[in-house]
Amino acid sequence: MDLKLQNLSHGYQGLTVLGGINLNIRSGEIVCVVGPSGCGKSTLLRLVGGLEAPDQGQVLQVGAPPKGCLNPLTYVFQDFALLPWRTVAGNVGLVLEDHPLSRDEIADRIDHVLERTGLTEFAGALPKQLSGGMKQRVAIARALAVNPAVMLMDEPLSALDSQTRSILLEELTSLWRRERFTSIYVTHNLTEAVQLGHQIVILSRRPGRIREVIRIDTPPNARSRADTELQRIEQDLWSLMQAEARAADAELADV
Amino acid sequence: MSDAARSPADNAARTVRFRGGGFRPLPRRGIGLVAFIGLIALAEIGTRAGWISALTLPRPSDVAIALGDLYQTGLLWKHLVPSVTRLIVGAAIGASLGIALGIAIGLFSYVRAGLVPVLAALFPIPKIALLPLFVIWFGIDEASKYALIAFGTFTPTVVATYGAVDNVDRTLIRMGQSFDLRWWSIVRKIVLPGAMPGILSGLRISLAIAIILLVAAEMLGAEFGIGAYILEAGALYDLERLFAGVTILSVFGVLVSAAIGWIETRVLAWRV
Repeated sequence: MDLKLQNLSHGYQGLTVLGGINLNIRSGEIVCVVGPSGCGKSTLLRLVGGLEAPDQGQVLQVGAPPKGCLNPLTYVFQDFALLPWRTVAGNVGLVLEDHPLSRDEIADRIDHVLERTGLTEFAGALPKQLSGGMKQRVAIARALAVNPAVMLMDEPLSALDSQTRSILLEELTSLWRRERFTSIYVTHNLTEAVQLGHQIVILSRRPGRIREVIRIDTPPNARSRADTELQRIEQDLWSLMQAEARAADAELADV
Repeated sequence: MSDAARSPADNAARTVRFRGGGFRPLPRRGIGLVAFIGLIALAEIGTRAGWISALTLPRPSDVAIALGDLYQTGLLWKHLVPSVTRLIVGAAIGASLGIALGIAIGLFSYVRAGLVPVLAALFPIPKIALLPLFVIWFGIDEASKYALIAFGTFTPTVVATYGAVDNVDRTLIRMGQSFDLRWWSIVRKIVLPGAMPGILSGLRISLAIAIILLVAAEMLGAEFGIGAYILEAGALYDLERLFAGVTILSVFGVLVSAAIGWIETRVLAWRV
């Protein structure tokens, strides 16, 4: 299933946050969205998944979602959003319980997805017992359990320390190699964008518009940190964004 | 500063003084019991030695004897059973209606806008003052007592519940919506458990109020019940029996508090 964003605009109380976003997300591709803080990256993601209604424009799903898909547009949140009163298996089960699945099918799906994310031995643990990295693995497992068409990832690694972030980034890369998932990946971390994105979309300062789209043809699993070409792209991205990031930083919030 | 100018004290090593700690009460087992026993022992010694006159305070051992009599004559159960029944029925009605309405206020704008001012008007009414009204509405029998206790439990439960619902992490609710959970699933699996800590601490207060109202209702019209027993003892100036009744109420209070504590450790084990 592909996604088509057509002329998407949104504002809060007369303040335009996003202006006229046009974007195509092809099946099996990761689209990284970067931009200075307050440029509407997260708003864009909420619009795409239907957690907010756009003022203008529309989001189109093109084609049928994959077989066995329970929730085509599935989020992975920055702060994990795990229910603290449910175990790891219970948190994954939560999103399956409302679907017409038998008890066995639910248990199978939970087992399978925990195995794929290396969480099998943590099935009975409560979120408070887990490290930040583990919590985000659980959240990713929960997203995979519904077999999504597109994963909407809102700064999924930003709440983690830099070591855990590197490890999870590698895991996401190998996950993509195995499953070829489709994703819109919002981040402020350019390294993540360069390592993961097939397309990197740079948004301008508020009101967020697309400033530039960079394509990287090397598949994510074939990229290395030492690759000078990728380092150059990251440098370019930073020089594109630097001035805007500075200006955004100096802006007074109108709240 | 040159070495020669330093006094020996400048070179002396000193341990850094500890200045953190405190401001965090920790559980201390058995201290509660010691406090109880200490107070009772003080009253016993005082009444025996004579510096507390028998008119001021009955001797704890005499109160114990009165309690023993009550048990032996079988009157204890005759008073206890109706009281406990009234407490359970009344508090269950009040608390469950209160939780339901509290959740509705926490979730729906119109319910909140309409009912929060009404609640503010109802909360400060001394519910005991309404007993005559309840007698007219529900009759002199048990129903009016249930209603009084239920009403008294209801208002603090509603306020605690909608406050607790307000404090449920909205990102968890958005998560539920993003996975297309049904409305009722979100309420049952996310809102209700998330509000549980606040609801339970609200219940502590509501149930204490329920005990107070139980006694008040029984004093105003009941043949049997702890309240009726206390009223009768008071009218005869029988301080031992009066205190025996009061002791039973205190035990009620301790038991209710312990029960909620037990529920908290079981239901809220997930808390950090």
